[in-house]
Amino acid sequence: MCLGVPGRVLRVAGDVALVDFFGVRRDVRLDIVDEPVAPGDYILNHVGFAIRRIPSEHIAETLALYETLLREAGDDMMAADVRSEIEATGRRTRDGA
Amino acid sequence: MAPDRDLLASELKFRDPGRARALAAQLAAVTHEVGRAPVAVMHVCGSHEQAIAKFGLRAAFPRDLQVIMGPGCPVCVTDTPEVDEGVALARQGARIATYGDMLRVPGTALSLADAQAEGGRIEVVYSVTQAVELARKTSDEVVFFATGFETTAVATAAAVLAGTPPNFSILSAHKYIPPVMEIVAEMPDTRVEGFLAAGHAATITGWGIFEHFVERHRLPVVVAGFEPLDILAGLVRLVELVRDGLPRVDNMYPRCVTREGNRAAQEMLWKVFRPVGGRWRGIAHIPNGNLRLREEWARLDARRRFHIDLAGLWDEAPAGLVQHCICGEIMAGVRSPSDCRLFGKECIPDAPVGACMVSSEGTCRIWHQYGAVPELGAAP
Repeated sequence: MCLGVPGRVLRVAGDVALVDFFGVRRDVRLDIVDEPVAPGDYILNHVGFAIRRIPSEHIAETLALYETLLREAGDDMMAADVRSEIEATGRRTRDGA
Repeated sequence: MAPDRDLLASELKFRDPGRARALAAQLAAVTHEVGRAPVAVMHVCGSHEQAIAKFGLRAAFPRDLQVIMGPGCPVCVTDTPEVDEGVALARQGARIATYGDMLRVPGTALSLADAQAEGGRIEVVYSVTQAVELARKTSDEVVFFATGFETTAVATAAAVLAGTPPNFSILSAHKYIPPVMEIVAEMPDTRVEGFLAAGHAATITGWGIFEHFVERHRLPVVVAGFEPLDILAGLVRLVELVRDGLPRVDNMYPRCVTREGNRAAQEMLWKVFRPVGGRWRGIAHIPNGNLRLREEWARLDARRRFHIDLAGLWDEAPAGLVQHCICGEIMAGVRSPSDCRLFGKECIPDAPVGACMVSSEGTCRIWHQYGAVPELGAAP
């Protein structure tokens, strides 16, 4: 439940951003994040809400963990938690994808 | 914070074996320099334990360093009567929306999964947003059984502030981490000499929140991230502070954590919730450890909206094995899963006796999944 997952912002509409998580596009609420978020930014997602805009210089190393986890076997609990956190951003996206 | 440590923390690359070996060697050297054994530190985050177990870090820790998992699993510390409230509301006809981890957490007589099996309507959601959407689509009463620490509570607060339909309410079992660190630090049996604080909770609260704790208890706190090298680097720094007798807060996760934290999120949290004392399963009564809805949100508070009939549940006999469960002592850091007579026998992930075997962040579940790696430093 507590593992944040980073994703790249594709576009922003009001309090909701369309975010790309390793090829999966989801809506993320922007109510909580304390900095302006724009397309191209990376954010840390926690249960469907962006909790932090990740400074660009730290992006690669932060993403590396999750990319590796997502390649891991299906019965891996940490990878499963990451997947459920991506799911937490909702089943639908603004463009209906 | 000194720039060299900032650099150390930010330059870390995931699973670089060279750096891992170097950090492990540094950890061993620093632990040795403490000059007594064993040195015991505690982390308070299920995700830290997952990373430690999954990447086999425990085997890389020096023999004289004990890294204890504290009460860092929000599902595990959700108290039995809180689960009972959810079960009772389901029996009373409400639709319960909750995070999937909660389903099999044992109540006094039933878990939410048991309630579902007997016809209760329990919906697993990944986000509070989904629970609100569910309420919008139905005229049934929807109760969001809200669990998790401050990071998750902020999401609940944001949903409340964004507006909810009239048939939506919240059964809050949210918990707040800083007060339980105080309790663990004050336990008479505790051997804990420093804390590794969870990076994502600190993203919200900021690392400054630990300064008061450090002043009161004279114990160092290091904020760490979740990559294996983040954890190793965090432990090196923590043991250095133990060695030097420096009770202070260091932030080894600067890419996500600042001193002030996310102030907007803190404002939302405290606008919706207030801290109250309450029991954490197996640990103790924790002053200010539970988050409950403020008076202004009484209409959203399931505890006020419904008369929750718990007495009916408590008449049903509780399971006999529970009395042997030592989850509380495990979360308090005084015993390990291997000390439990039920672990891996009567208590397994498919049939958990204690909450620590339920959640993917529970110590027993993690040890069962990845192998019960013994504390290499445990003294005979």
